[in-house]
Amino acid sequence: MFVVSDLARPGLEPTSFTLNAGECIAVRGASGSGKSLLLRGLADLDDCSGQVTLDEIERNDMSGPEWRRQVAYVPAEAGWWASLIGSHFDDWSEVLPLATEMGLPEAACDWPVAQASTGERQRLALARALIKSPKVLLLDEPTSGLDTGTTAIVENLIARRRENGAAVLWVSHDPAQAKRIATRSLVVEQGRVQEAI
Amino acid sequence: MDYVRLDYVDLAVAALLVIANAGLSIVLELGLARRVLIAAFRMVVQLVLVGLVLKTLFALTSPLWTGVAALAMILFAGREIMARQDRRLTGLWGYGLGTTCMLLAAAIVTVFALTSSVRPDPWYDPRYAIPLLGMILGNTMTGISLGLHALTTGLVRERTGVEAQLALGATRFEAVRPVVRAALTSALMPIVNSMAATGLVALPGMMTGQILAGVAPEEAVKYQILIMFLIAGGTTLGATAAVMGGATRLTDARHRLRLDRLSAAKD
Repeated sequence: MFVVSDLARPGLEPTSFTLNAGECIAVRGASGSGKSLLLRGLADLDDCSGQVTLDEIERNDMSGPEWRRQVAYVPAEAGWWASLIGSHFDDWSEVLPLATEMGLPEAACDWPVAQASTGERQRLALARALIKSPKVLLLDEPTSGLDTGTTAIVENLIARRRENGAAVLWVSHDPAQAKRIATRSLVVEQGRVQEAI
Repeated sequence: MDYVRLDYVDLAVAALLVIANAGLSIVLELGLARRVLIAAFRMVVQLVLVGLVLKTLFALTSPLWTGVAALAMILFAGREIMARQDRRLTGLWGYGLGTTCMLLAAAIVTVFALTSSVRPDPWYDPRYAIPLLGMILGNTMTGISLGLHALTTGLVRERTGVEAQLALGATRFEAVRPVVRAALTSALMPIVNSMAATGLVALPGMMTGQILAGVAPEEAVKYQILIMFLIAGGTTLGATAAVMGGATRLTDARHRLRLDRLSAAKD
């Protein structure tokens, strides 16, 4: 469904793998090994060589925004472009069930971004991406700032997305989490991406 | 026209003030004396040369030589825009974007003024064309360099915010809109402020000059109003073109942010 062949750029050696619908691959590797370059490259945020196809359509056959609406990248440190949380969502009432499930209050809409904690911002950024129902999720340590309980809720939420056919690439530093969420693993080392056995 | 002509003795008397300035620096050990004197000397030499050039240009009233002088002014101003950027666009864009936008804006506005409002005969008469261009250029240059500076520093600072929008499927112009708006606000602020404060806080140099040269105040005021309109038009046109051009260059057709097209920061 999501086929990567020879994706490469400076700092990332040619990488090929296939991600099936409903599948989750855990991505491991030390910081600076190239995990973010891989995810950014897949989201087409950096200029890369090679091909990436989604449902047999090459990404260069569609516009960048069209591609990114289907292949959602949630970075470890999410970006914000307005001062209030609510300004980052088209329709907060639509996000509300998702936000509530992740333990965020309804009033979060009116919070200044600077007032939200790291964990709260992380969940809001995830909700912001999930609300668009992308077919592929590229998650960079989505639970690093969360406690065990909330982490379980997020893992559960993503698992349900997979049941509905979404494919997930999940960067995690926690081997136990990798085992829980994924069936396969990729290891990134000095820009080289390899399937872990 | 009746006005008090200055002779060289008058200038020598006024120069005593600069000498006093240098003297003060020596007494207080400010270490500025040399710089003050060199700056004053440069000012005198540059202005005398400009006077000679203008005298020749006015005598010739040639479209060719007026055009050459105008182009030289624009190219110098383009260098100035580039020098004021902390991080400039790489390659030819660094000099080319600001200079092209200024050439465009200043040429359109100056020719517009010469052919519609001022109408000297011939329309390219350097006695009107060169001072008008100079005033429009000076202000357009400030607007363009402020706008480009705010655009590049804004995109570097707001990078994660811009990329977050792109990652959610926004187009490049949607994603850079907040930064573009801030850049244009910063570019247009000086002209808006100076229009608001003109006459109350400061008497504009050109108007003062005309009054000293014997022009009736109400006539000088009309000229000043015209100039302010021209400056506002030139600055808006030039800064908008430069900021939009810069925003286009710093993103690409795949709607990605391309900060790799900026040179590394100075120092």
